[in-house]
Amino acid sequence: MAVRDKSETERGMTAEAVQRHGSKSEDQDIVGRGSREGARLMRKWFSSLTEAARHDRKAAFVFVMGNMNEVLRCFDMPIVFPEVTALQTAVRGTSEDYLREAEDYGFSPDVCGYVKADIAMHLRGGEHPMGLIPKPALVVTTNACNTYFKWAEIWERLYEAPVVTIDVPNERAAHTRSVPGDENFKYELAYVTQQVKELISACERVTGKRFDIDKFREHLRHANTMSRYWKMLLALNQGTPAVFNALTDGLAYLGMANCFRATEEGAIYFKELYEEMEYRSRNGIGALTKKDGLDVPLEQRFRLGLLGVPCYPIFRGFSEFFSDWGGVFVISSYLKFASGGTSLGYEFDLDNPIESFAEGTLLTVRETQTGLLFDLPDIEDKLSPYRLDGIVYHGVKSCRTASSGLADRRYHTSEMLGLPTLLLESDIVDPRAVSKAQMKNRADAFFEGLIARQQRASTR
Amino acid sequence: MTRSVTYFDAWRGRSLDEIFALCREMVEDPTYPTVKAWRERGGGVVGHFQVYFPEEIAHAAGMLPVKIRGGRTDGISVSQHFGSYLCSILKTSLDIALDKHIELDLFVTHPICDGARNLAGIWGRNFPYKAQVLHLPQNPNSAGAVEFLRHEYSRLADDIVAAGGKPVTAEALKHSLDVYNRSRHLMRDLYRIRREAPWKLAGDESFALVGMAGFLPREEFNLLLEAVLPMIESRPVRQQDKMRVVLEGGFCEVPPFDLLQAVSRSCHVVDDDLFIGLRWILEDVPTDGDPMANLAAAYIERSSYSAVQHDNDKPKERMLLERVGAAKAEAVILASAKMCEPGLDEQVAYSKALDAKKIPYFITEFEENQNTFDDISIQMETFVENIMFD
Repeated sequence: MAVRDKSETERGMTAEAVQRHGSKSEDQDIVGRGSREGARLMRKWFSSLTEAARHDRKAAFVFVMGNMNEVLRCFDMPIVFPEVTALQTAVRGTSEDYLREAEDYGFSPDVCGYVKADIAMHLRGGEHPMGLIPKPALVVTTNACNTYFKWAEIWERLYEAPVVTIDVPNERAAHTRSVPGDENFKYELAYVTQQVKELISACERVTGKRFDIDKFREHLRHANTMSRYWKMLLALNQGTPAVFNALTDGLAYLGMANCFRATEEGAIYFKELYEEMEYRSRNGIGALTKKDGLDVPLEQRFRLGLLGVPCYPIFRGFSEFFSDWGGVFVISSYLKFASGGTSLGYEFDLDNPIESFAEGTLLTVRETQTGLLFDLPDIEDKLSPYRLDGIVYHGVKSCRTASSGLADRRYHTSEMLGLPTLLLESDIVDPRAVSKAQMKNRADAFFEGLIARQQRASTR
Repeated sequence: MTRSVTYFDAWRGRSLDEIFALCREMVEDPTYPTVKAWRERGGGVVGHFQVYFPEEIAHAAGMLPVKIRGGRTDGISVSQHFGSYLCSILKTSLDIALDKHIELDLFVTHPICDGARNLAGIWGRNFPYKAQVLHLPQNPNSAGAVEFLRHEYSRLADDIVAAGGKPVTAEALKHSLDVYNRSRHLMRDLYRIRREAPWKLAGDESFALVGMAGFLPREEFNLLLEAVLPMIESRPVRQQDKMRVVLEGGFCEVPPFDLLQAVSRSCHVVDDDLFIGLRWILEDVPTDGDPMANLAAAYIERSSYSAVQHDNDKPKERMLLERVGAAKAEAVILASAKMCEPGLDEQVAYSKALDAKKIPYFITEFEENQNTFDDISIQMETFVENIMFD
């Protein structure tokens, strides 16, 4: 690795921040608060699922994109996000055992590892590295990922749990989306509204409870707060230094955005997280990383965008491929689609809750798909507001939705826009599909190219 | 574009075996010579990716609907456009288009799987014409699905007109429904022969004939089948006592002919899901009333099943068991294209259901570009022997 002079800005702190950093107790109170609180709440969430499983309380199973929490929470069911529990097996280094168990059951090595990790959990009676998951009373799937359907059908077969689909018409071709008021939007909205009503009826049947519109409004209000702050949070990283690492810190925020969606705790969390990040942005305190047990500023020499998903089997190592060279991910497609399109900042109309919820579902779920299937103009553009030095595309075997188009997108970004790019392939959960040395070699070459590019630019 | 011109006459006056060979040659040809000839006469082409597409709408607009379903290619042009871990059909379909073996005026894909959904974006970045997703409802159980699809078909019709088609009038669409109803009837007859007298028509031969519907003007395809069906019925072949099997798993990427031949040597393939999209609608679509609404309702209510459609009313294991029962099959071949997530996932469900019913099955994977078939031949023979001597 090249030896470089490190300016304070590159270390993730502005000159002003260097002068004042550590000089105020306010820093100590607020900086890192979001990480601590997020970890506490996620532990609480896992514990609540374990408790539900132990008491045989049946849950609603949902996926992160189009998770319908605003409706489901009206019926007081525990809510299981199988993607969140499945990724834990990879982060905790136990995924291979789960995958092999599902493969012994009959699943191919070439299908989604999340599905297989989850199936193995069910075969083990719900056991996963963070506790237990309850059994499903109801499964809600959306078309945001086709594998969601296959996954839902597996639970249907295992537990005879009813499956309710929310099919959201996505953008059909690049830059052709319908907008509220036009004819196409009307028939799309009518279809989604009908399905939302059918979901409510299904929940009533399964739980024996009546739908409470006031409770629903309350959930919408919390979801609105979360959306507002999520959008503002992502925008903060357009500044320098970036106040969070979209790859690592972003994962914790995503957990909160999904598992606590439409709750008061989630709303308070994102309000306070934004306050912390806004404070840090104002005071030039950039993203932090752990070193010898301490939080230290992350070096920020190259501002990067990430398209695709993380590599959970080597989560820290994958991040270090970039941070070791001073690369910081300031934005990622993952923060957009895995938050279910919350990045759009859509806010529900509490006076018109059902119709507005249907409209919000249509707009936000569609937003996830536009970014996954077509383009993300605020990342894949020379004029990106995130002022990127390069884009990393990470395709994985387990997620064809997020990965099938990446090579072509990368080809066009490089060829047409002349932006530096790196394409890596591995897996989101399967360590057998991760070639660490090969990936690191490619990352190293990418940074050598970025440095050469910087040097050429400085000599002009 | 006039439909009085014909694009495939070579079969006329030929024997049945020669016709099958000619059809196979055409279906295997990744350069689509008849589509080229259509374009040279000024015709417009709508390319639609597997599985189902309402061809009647393109037909009513005077365009030629062509099924885009991969093929054997060298894979050079496409190499920079796809990563690993993807099925072959995604890659070879784009490869054929990049090499200009087929030129389109509109490309349509469907939300059948996570890979196929990406094709509209990929195609749109690489070609000047419009590339889009036709949003076939993935919640067919919703009371709003048919109405949504009726609107979606109208939207598609507008896009076809924008791509050079004629306005789709109710009269034109009714006529197209008639043409396609005739076609569906003929294909049902073909499959009836497979079930009733499978020694008269092998799986690969049937595949060659049905595959022609993917690119030949439908009136011409109908003429071909009308001529060939009586020839098959009166085919002078001896009845053979082979095991009756259903082949499941070719709904999108299709296996090579040689693989089907290898299977047919050991078994009678009495039913399959090959080119199921061309046979998706199981009955005639009514032509009275609103033809667009009728077509939409038929997709939801009078249709087959596949691994890429979730429908609470059509659990796939039950549908497979019904197919097996209707065909009086003794065993099932559960095939899947390599890296095909829906197909591979479904193999698990199917195998559990077949286990429960004690129906023997054989699991295999294939790829359209595979070249060796000795293994599959030996495996099939062993499979059949195991069952016969069990």
